[in-house]
Amino acid sequence: MSDRKIRVVVAKPGLDGHDRGAKVIARALRDAGMEVIYTGLRQTVDQIVDTAIQEDVDAIGISILSGAHHHYFKAIIEGLAARDASDVIVFGGGVIPESEIPDLVKMGAGAIFGPGTPTSTCVKWLEGAVAEKRKAE
Amino acid sequence: MIDKALSGDVRAIARLISEVESETPRSEEIMRAMYPHTGRAHIIGVTGSPGSGKSSLVSKMIGTLRRQGKTVGVIAVDPSSPFSGGAILADRIRMQEHSGDPGVYIRSMGSRGSLGGLSKTTYEGALILDACGKDVVIIETVGVGQSEIDIVRIADTVCLVLVPGMGDDMQIMKAGIMEIADLFVINKADREGADKVAAEVRLMIKMFHTGDGWIQPVKMTSAATGAGLDELHDTIEGHLKHVRSSEEGAERLKKRLQWEVEEIVRRRIAKITESAWRERREERVIEKLLNKETDPYRVAQEVLDSAMGDFRSGQLL
Repeated sequence: MSDRKIRVVVAKPGLDGHDRGAKVIARALRDAGMEVIYTGLRQTVDQIVDTAIQEDVDAIGISILSGAHHHYFKAIIEGLAARDASDVIVFGGGVIPESEIPDLVKMGAGAIFGPGTPTSTCVKWLEGAVAEKRKAE
Repeated sequence: MIDKALSGDVRAIARLISEVESETPRSEEIMRAMYPHTGRAHIIGVTGSPGSGKSSLVSKMIGTLRRQGKTVGVIAVDPSSPFSGGAILADRIRMQEHSGDPGVYIRSMGSRGSLGGLSKTTYEGALILDACGKDVVIIETVGVGQSEIDIVRIADTVCLVLVPGMGDDMQIMKAGIMEIADLFVINKADREGADKVAAEVRLMIKMFHTGDGWIQPVKMTSAATGAGLDELHDTIEGHLKHVRSSEEGAERLKKRLQWEVEEIVRRRIAKITESAWRERREERVIEKLLNKETDPYRVAQEVLDSAMGDFRSGQLL
């Protein structure tokens, strides 16, 4: 009777100091029964990748409001690949222009949730994505 | 994967801990492979009330240990929600300065329904880190109240963190958590009232300590400034020496081994009996109970009778 919880790192890379969104999503994932490793503000890419590996998470959720989303998504996805951890799902939210989302997805981002997305949408998507990932293991 | 973990591969270690934490069918095989390699690390428990500065203190302790060239594993437990089973695990925030140091491995765990300040598999996690070569394993408990004392069963050295402003000397005299400390850490020593707490704890120790053996030291620290950390470190090392060389320490180790076996037995019994009950728990049984045609004790015996077959065949689920 094994009970494998979904584990997620919620992180905020970079210098912008607004973590309301990250906290809202962390809380929503918690209430959906997931274990959320909350790392707080001003994380470097290496810190985020390190945390994901040590904590053996299924996914990394990042919140970016600074406009540097392209850089951070790329760096995190590449960082994971360099550590042989490309199976970790990367998703995110924040202020990200709709027109740039396809680029991020092409890069390997699982999904991008803009402002106003109901948290239940994120939860549902993540549950599905993790189920897919585990099937592939 | 087991060999990779034993040689120190971080991803493999992380995976093994997940397997064991989720109690997958492989977890027994993993733990049995770990056992021959365990017993080397110094397991330090850090416990205390929420907000007493445990995580910050642990971070500073890691720093001291690293300067001495020791490798460190940390398991930090935070509470799981009793409703959703989810958790926010945020102890790491205070330990970010060690990110990127290959000699430090930090793992967060949700308490997953356990009430003793740890999760059911925290000890196994610590054993894996021990087996995979960490010199020191620090276990940070959930922020505790007065009676969450599971840490005493698994740590070589238990540090109880107290802070000023948490109550009077009667709090210090109470049973439970105060009894399990191998040493007291008065953290936030830069704050008003810290001296008073230390004095009260010292007085209590003096009044009630009987016979010989280890006398609990009281150390004052400030995790914010780093004050007192070197001294704390020396005291913890001193305690390890005591544990490894004294009758008291040998007794503690024997008790731990005994508890380990009991714990494994208990878990297996629980697994088998719970599944036997799930199989029998039909509407009809509940109906009978409602109508007083049977009673809970008889039903329980029937469940146990049906579970007996599973015990004999050694069937695990």
